[in-house]
Amino acid sequence: MMSMQLTRVLFGALIALGYFSSLSSAQIKIGVAEALTGNAAQYGVPIRKGFELAASEINGSGGINGQKIELIVEDEQGKKEEAINVFKKLIFQDKVLMLFGPTLSNSAQASDPVAQGAKVVVFGTSNTADGITSIGNYVFRNSVTESDILPVTLKVAAQKTGLKKVAVLYGNDDIFTKSGFDNFKKALEALKIPVTTTETFAKGDVDFKPQLTKIKASNPDAIVLSALVAEGAPAMVQARQLGIALPFIGGNGMNSPKVFDLAKGNSDNLWVGSPWSIENPAAENKRFIAAYQKAHSALPDQFAAQAYDAMYIVAQALKKVQLSGKLEADRSALRSALPSVQITGATGAFKFRQVNGKDGKPAGYDAVQTAIVMMTKGSQYVIQK
Amino acid sequence: MLAQQLVNAISLGGVYALFALGFTLIFGVLNVVNLAHGAMFMLGAYTALQAVLLLKLPLAAAMLAAIVVTAGAGWLLDRFILAPLRARQAPHLAPMIATIGLAISLNSTVQGIFGAENLRFPVHGLAADGLRLGGVQITWLELQIIILAFVLMAALLWWLMRTRMGCALRALAESRKAAALLGIDVEGLFRMTSVIAALLGGVAGVLIALYTNAVFPQMGQPMLHKGIAVVILGGMGDIRGALLGGFFLGFAEVFSIAYVGSTMRDAVAFGLLFAILLLRPEGLFGKAAQRRA
Repeated sequence: MMSMQLTRVLFGALIALGYFSSLSSAQIKIGVAEALTGNAAQYGVPIRKGFELAASEINGSGGINGQKIELIVEDEQGKKEEAINVFKKLIFQDKVLMLFGPTLSNSAQASDPVAQGAKVVVFGTSNTADGITSIGNYVFRNSVTESDILPVTLKVAAQKTGLKKVAVLYGNDDIFTKSGFDNFKKALEALKIPVTTTETFAKGDVDFKPQLTKIKASNPDAIVLSALVAEGAPAMVQARQLGIALPFIGGNGMNSPKVFDLAKGNSDNLWVGSPWSIENPAAENKRFIAAYQKAHSALPDQFAAQAYDAMYIVAQALKKVQLSGKLEADRSALRSALPSVQITGATGAFKFRQVNGKDGKPAGYDAVQTAIVMMTKGSQYVIQK
Repeated sequence: MLAQQLVNAISLGGVYALFALGFTLIFGVLNVVNLAHGAMFMLGAYTALQAVLLLKLPLAAAMLAAIVVTAGAGWLLDRFILAPLRARQAPHLAPMIATIGLAISLNSTVQGIFGAENLRFPVHGLAADGLRLGGVQITWLELQIIILAFVLMAALLWWLMRTRMGCALRALAESRKAAALLGIDVEGLFRMTSVIAALLGGVAGVLIALYTNAVFPQMGQPMLHKGIAVVILGGMGDIRGALLGGFFLGFAEVFSIAYVGSTMRDAVAFGLLFAILLLRPEGLFGKAAQRRA
C-alpha cells in the first residue's frame, strides 16, 4: 500500500517536473562549463558562484526584457576532452543560447573551436593565455590577458623594490603558466631587466627546492613566478625555508587569496597584477563583495568577480536583442550585440577590443581594462600605485 | 650550492623511498601491483589533516589516527577486493585493475567531501625550523623523513628476516601452496601485509604532506608514478631496493636540475632509470629467479 502511494507521489512529481521544464523553455538558457572538480576546481567553483550570484540578482529584479536567465551548469573537470564533451552537450543537446567557460586556457584552446564551429558565443571569464580569442569571432573573454597585466606588474614592482635582475620559475607543461612565462619574458626584455636563471617545474610537482637552490645561487633581486597557486604557494614556502627572502612577482595564477592559506606565514612580498582587488573601494566592487559574502558566506576572489561581471556584460547585450525563439538567429544576434557593451562592474570600467585571428583577419574579443598592482603583506593585499 | 643540492636530493630521495616501501611490500608478498597505494597515501594525509583541524589533535596523535584509518583501509582492501579475487584465482591483471578502481573512487570521495583545492597543515615548527650549517638548510621534518625511511626499512628487514612471522611471509612469497601445506595461515598473512603496506603509505602521506605543504585529492598520483619507477628500479618487491631506488631517483632529479636544467629533469632522471634497467632488467636488487620479499 505504501509503495503504491509512493509511486503516485513520484509520478506526480515527474509530471510536475515535466510541466515546469516545458515552462522554462521561455527562459534564456545559458550554459556554464567550468571545472567544478579536479585541480582547477579552485577557480571553477568561485566562477560558478559568481555567475549564480549575478543571475539571481538579474532574475530577482525582473530578468531581461521579462525573461529569466536559466543557467545550465556542467563540470568540465579542467580537462580538454571533458570541455569538448560538455560544450557539445550544452550546444547540441541543451540548445543553450550561449556558453560561459571553460575554466582553463588549456581547455579553451580545445573546446572553443567547437562553439565557433556551431556559431555559438563562448565567453571565457578566466582564460588569459594568448591566442584564445583568435580562434574566431564567436569567442569573447573579459579576463584581462597576462600580456596586458604582467608588464604593468613588473614595472611597478621594479620601481618600488629597485630590482635590477630577476630569476624566473615557471610551469612548462601548462599552456597558461607557459604563456605567462612568455609574456614575462617579453616584458623583462622591454624593461631591460636581465634574467639570472630560468627554471621550470611540471604540474603536480611538490618539491621545488632543487630549482630554488639554483635560483638562490644565481643571486637575483626578485623571483618571477608563473605558476598556479597550487604549485606557486608551496614554492614560496620552500623558498623561505631555504632562506630566500626575495620578492616574488607572480602571474595571474598567483592572484588568489588562497595563497594566504596555502603559504600561511610565508605569503608576504608577493607582487601580482589584477583587474580586480578585494581592497578596491569602488562602489560597484563593494556592492559585489557584500552580495557575494551574503550569498556564499565566503570572500570572493578575482575569478568570482570576473564571472559576475561577465554575466552583467551578457545581460547588457541581451537587453538590446529581440529574442525570436529561433535558436540560430538568436545566437547570432547576441554575438552582434556583445562587442559594443560597456559597463562598470566589480572589476572596474570594461569594454571589448577585437583581436586578429591567426590568418590576420578580425576574430574574437579581448577585454580592455586597467590592471591594479598589489603586494601581499600580513595576509592582505596592499594596492601599489 | 652543491651541499644544499645534496641535502635536497637526500630529502627528496627519502620521500620517494618512504612511499615505495609499502608499495614494494605488497608486491613482494601478495604479488599485486597495488595502484591504490597512492590513494592510501592521500587518505593518510587527509585523516591527519582533519584530526588536526577538526579534533585539534597534536601532530603525533594525528599521525596515529592516520595509521589507524589507513590500516583499516588496508584491511578492507584485502578483505573485500584482493581476497575474493585470490579465492577465484583471478588472472594477474584483475587485482591491479581493481586497485585502480579503488584509487579512483577514494580520490573522488575525498574530493567530494573536502573539495579539490589544496589544503595544508596549520603552520608548525617541524617543517619550518631546522639546522643551518653554513649555507645549508635542512628542516627537522626533512631529517625525520630521511631517518624514518631508514628506520622503517631496517624494521621491515628485521621483521622479514628475524621473526617467525617474517619467515612465514618469505615462505609465502616463495610459494603459496607450499606455505599453506606447512600450516602457515596464508590468508591471515596476506591480510596483515595489506594492512602494514597501507599504513606505511598513510605514514608517508602525512610526512610528505607536511614536507610539501600540499594536501589534495590527487596528491598520490604523481607519487604513484614515481613510486612504480622506484620499485622497478630497486627490484620489484625488494625492501632494500625501494630505499635505494628512492634515493637514486631523488639524486637523479635534483642533479639533473642542478647541472642539466630543470626542463630536462624528467628526461634525464627517467633516461638514467631506463639505462639502468637495460643493464639490469631485474632491478638493482632483483634476483633473476623471482624470489621476493
